[in-house]
Amino acid sequence: MPRTASSIRLAATLLGAAACGSSYSSQAAPTPAPAAPARVATMPAAAPMPDPRVGLRAGLLNAGEAVWNLRLLSTTPPAADFVGVTNSDLAFTGQYAIQGNYNGFQVWDISNPRQPVLVTGYLCPASQSDVSVYKNLLFVSGEGLGGRLDCGTGGAPDAVSADRLRGIRIFDITDIRNPTYLTNVQTCRGSHTHSVLADPNDSENVYIYVSGSAPVRPAEELAGCVGAPPDEDPNSALFRIEVIRVPLAHPEQAAIVSSPRIFGGLVAPPQHGMAPDDIAAIERARAAGAFIVDLGGQPRVLPSRMTAPMLDSLVMARGGNGTPTAADSAALRAALPAMIAERFGGPRTDGPRPGPTQCHDITLYPEIGLAGGACGGYGLLLDISDPANPVRIGAVSDSNFSYWHSATFSNDGSKILFTDEWGGGGQPKCRATDPMEWGADAIFTLENREMQFKSYYKLPAAQTPEENCVAHNGSLVPIPGRDVMIQGWYQGGISLFDWTDPAHPMEIAYHDRGPVDPDRMQMGGSWSVYWYNGVIVSSEIARGLDIFELVPSPLISANEIEAAKSVHIDYLNTQGQPRFTWPATFALARAYVDQLERSNGLSADRIAAVRQQLASAESASGRGRQDALLRLSEPVDGYANGSRDAAKVRMLAGAVRQLATGMR
Amino acid sequence: MGWQRLALSITLITAACGGGAGSAVDTTPAPAPAANAEIEALYRARTDSARMRFTEADVAFMTGMIAHHAQALVMADLAPTHGASPPMRVLCARILNAQRDEITTMQGWLRDRGQPVPEVRIEGLNLMMHGVAEHHMHMPGMLTQAQLEELDAASGTDFDRLFLTYMIQHHRGAVTMVHELFGSDGAAQDELAFKLASDIQVDQLTEIARMELMLDEMAPNARGR
Repeated sequence: MPRTASSIRLAATLLGAAACGSSYSSQAAPTPAPAAPARVATMPAAAPMPDPRVGLRAGLLNAGEAVWNLRLLSTTPPAADFVGVTNSDLAFTGQYAIQGNYNGFQVWDISNPRQPVLVTGYLCPASQSDVSVYKNLLFVSGEGLGGRLDCGTGGAPDAVSADRLRGIRIFDITDIRNPTYLTNVQTCRGSHTHSVLADPNDSENVYIYVSGSAPVRPAEELAGCVGAPPDEDPNSALFRIEVIRVPLAHPEQAAIVSSPRIFGGLVAPPQHGMAPDDIAAIERARAAGAFIVDLGGQPRVLPSRMTAPMLDSLVMARGGNGTPTAADSAALRAALPAMIAERFGGPRTDGPRPGPTQCHDITLYPEIGLAGGACGGYGLLLDISDPANPVRIGAVSDSNFSYWHSATFSNDGSKILFTDEWGGGGQPKCRATDPMEWGADAIFTLENREMQFKSYYKLPAAQTPEENCVAHNGSLVPIPGRDVMIQGWYQGGISLFDWTDPAHPMEIAYHDRGPVDPDRMQMGGSWSVYWYNGVIVSSEIARGLDIFELVPSPLISANEIEAAKSVHIDYLNTQGQPRFTWPATFALARAYVDQLERSNGLSADRIAAVRQQLASAESASGRGRQDALLRLSEPVDGYANGSRDAAKVRMLAGAVRQLATGMR
Repeated sequence: MGWQRLALSITLITAACGGGAGSAVDTTPAPAPAANAEIEALYRARTDSARMRFTEADVAFMTGMIAHHAQALVMADLAPTHGASPPMRVLCARILNAQRDEITTMQGWLRDRGQPVPEVRIEGLNLMMHGVAEHHMHMPGMLTQAQLEELDAASGTDFDRLFLTYMIQHHRGAVTMVHELFGSDGAAQDELAFKLASDIQVDQLTEIARMELMLDEMAPNARGR
C-alpha cells in the first residue's frame, strides 16, 4: 500500500483508485482495533482477550484499571498547589524525579518507589513546563501567554506585556530542596519543549535546542522578533530553531548563540520508502513480468489495461500484427521512463518551499552524533557534531502523519522511531473508528544515515471519545539484546512494546485507566513515561505520579528484567538520549539465554546445558568461577555456526567472557 | 459520508465502551477515601475556577472557529462524490476527523463557560448554524457561496486542484484567526484556549505545507489560479 502523498497522488492519476484503495478506509469502514491483538495472539503468551482496557469505569481517583505484565507500585497525587493543573514532562537526577506542571514543577524523592516523597513544589506557572536537568541546573520551558518573569500566578493579560516569560527558565538545584531561580532566556516563539545537549567534546558548556510552535511574539514585547516569512524579512523567527549556550561556570550568562535554519531546501516531501510487504508485492509483480515505473521515487506496477494498448501500438508502429513479441516488451520497458516523465512532468520549480516553520521536539543522541527532529510535516535526521550548528542530513514525511512530535533512537542507533501527535494531544484519536496508521509511531531503519520506513505501531486497545489519546512521550527500556520502549498514550494509558523487528512491533505490557470524566473529555492520562534506574515512572496529567515495575512473563523474563535493572544512569532527560551499557552480570548472560530459547536460536539441550553451567559457575567463586565461565564461553562461540540467531549467540559468548575477565 | 452518520457511530461506540469495569485488575494501594475526596474537591474547584478566566475575544474565537471548521466539513464531504483522487480522499478524511473533534472541543469549551453553543447542520452545500450571529459566519478565509458552488461543480482532477486551492485559503484564514486572538488583550490566558488555538495553528500550517506540495506535484501549471 503506497503511503506517501506525492506518490499516491501520481499513482492514482495513472492507475486509478484500485491501486491505492486501502489508504482510505478510515471513515467509511472503521478500522477494527483488535488488528494488533491478533498479532499478539501468535506470541507465546497472548494478551488477555477481550482486551480489558475496553470499557473501564470512569473516575478521577477511582477509575477502573487494566494492567498486563506490569505492577503499579504507587500513585501519588500532586501537592495542593498543582492539583487540577496539567502535569507535564519528567526529568531525573540521582534519586529524584522532577515533574513539570503548568503551575511550576514538583521534585519527588523516588528512592522508595512505593512511596515517593515530595521534596519541593515550586510554584511558577507557565505551560508546558517541560523540564530537563544537567548537574546542578534545571531548565524549564515556558510557552503559554500566562507565564510571568516573576513566577506570579496572575497571568500576563496584556497582548504586549513586559512581565511575560516565553522561553527557558534556569534554576540552580545544588540544594534541590531550595531551587534558586537564576535567569531566563526569552525566545520569539517561547519554548514548547527543549532538549539539552551535553557535547562529549565540550565540558564547559551545555546547549539547549529550543522548539516552539506557538505564534511569534510582537517585536514590541521582545525586540527582534519577526513574524513575517523569511522572504519578506530575513530575520524571521519562523523556519528555524533556537540554540542556547549555557556556560556551566556562569549559567546566568546563558544566551542564544545561533538560530539554525535547518529546514531550508525541503522542496518536496521525501519518500520514506515502502513497507516490506509493499516491496514484496512489487518484487512478485516484477518476477511475473509486470511493467514497473518509478513515480515520485517509488515503484508502481502498471496494470495491463494500460500496457496492452501501448504494446499494440508498438506492434502497429513496426508494421506487424498479432501478439506483441518479447522485443516489443523490451522496447516498451525502455521507453516507459521517458513517457512517464513527459506525461507527468517534474515538480514545480518556481522557488523552493521554506519547509516546516518549527520543530515540536528534537531528540539528541550525542554518542552517535545524531539528532532526530520532529518538525511540522517532517521527521529530520540532524548531524550535531557541531552543537551550535546542527546540519540536516535526512528527511522523511508520511501521508499518514499529521504532526511529527518526537523521536527515539534504538540504543545502537540502527533504528529511529517517530511519533505523530495527531490532534495535539487534546483529542481522542484512539477510537475504534480512527485508523491505526494515524496518530501512531512510525519505525524506520537507519543505514548509512538513510531512513527507511518499516512499520507503524499504535496502541491496540480502542479508547472512548472521552479519552484524549495519541502517540506521546516514552523511552527505551534497557532490556539487553532487544529494542523495547515504554510509551505514554495520554488516556490510552501506557504501552510497552518490542520493536526489535522493525517491521513487526508488538505490545508486551500495558496499564490503562478509564476516562477522568464519564461524560466529557477532560485532559488526563500519561503525558510521558520513562524507564529510570529500574522503575517506570509516568507523569499522569490529572492524577499525579505513577510508578511501575516490570513483571516477568513469557514475553519478558525475570533475567531480562534483572539485566535491565543493572543499568544505572546518573540523570535522564529523555530528549537527550543516553546510551545504555550493561555491566557483566549473570543476569545479562541468562537474559541472552532466555532470548535464544524464545527465538529457537539454540537447541533445548544446549539451552539447558548453558543454564546448568552458568548455575555451577555462579555457585563457585574466585578462580574456580572464572575457569568455569571461560570453559563455557569457548563452545558457546562455536554454537553460533548454524544458529538462526547467531548474533545473539555471540552476544551470549561475549557476556560470559566479560563476566569471566571482569572477575579478576 | 455524512455528518449525521458519523455522529451516530460515535454515539454507539460511547455506549459500548461506557459501562462496567470490565475485567480490570485494580492494583492501586488505594489512598484513604477522605484524602481522595479532598483531592477530588480541590480538583473540581480548580478546574471550575480555571473556566472563569476568559475574555470576549476567546468566546468570539471559539464561536467563529466552529463556523469556520464547519465549512471545512462541507468542503471535505464533497470528496467521495466528486471523483476526488485517493490521496485527496485521505486528506479529506483527516480534515473531517480532525475538525469534527475540534468542533466538539470548542462546543464543550463554550458550554463549560455558560456561553451560547453553536450547533452545526450540514445539508449538501448548505451550512446551517444555530446560535451564531451573522458576523461569525464570515470568518477569514471562508469560501463565498459562489466559490462553494464552483467547487461543487468540479470533479476529478479539477476538483482536486480547486479543493487544494480553496482549502489552503481556508486554512490560512484559521491561522489568521489564531494570530488575531493572540493579539487581543487578555486572550488565551486560559490553558485550554491557548492549547486549542496553538494546536489549530500548527496543525493547519503543517497541512497547508502538505497541500501546497500536493498542488506542486499536480501537472505543471496547476497553480494558475
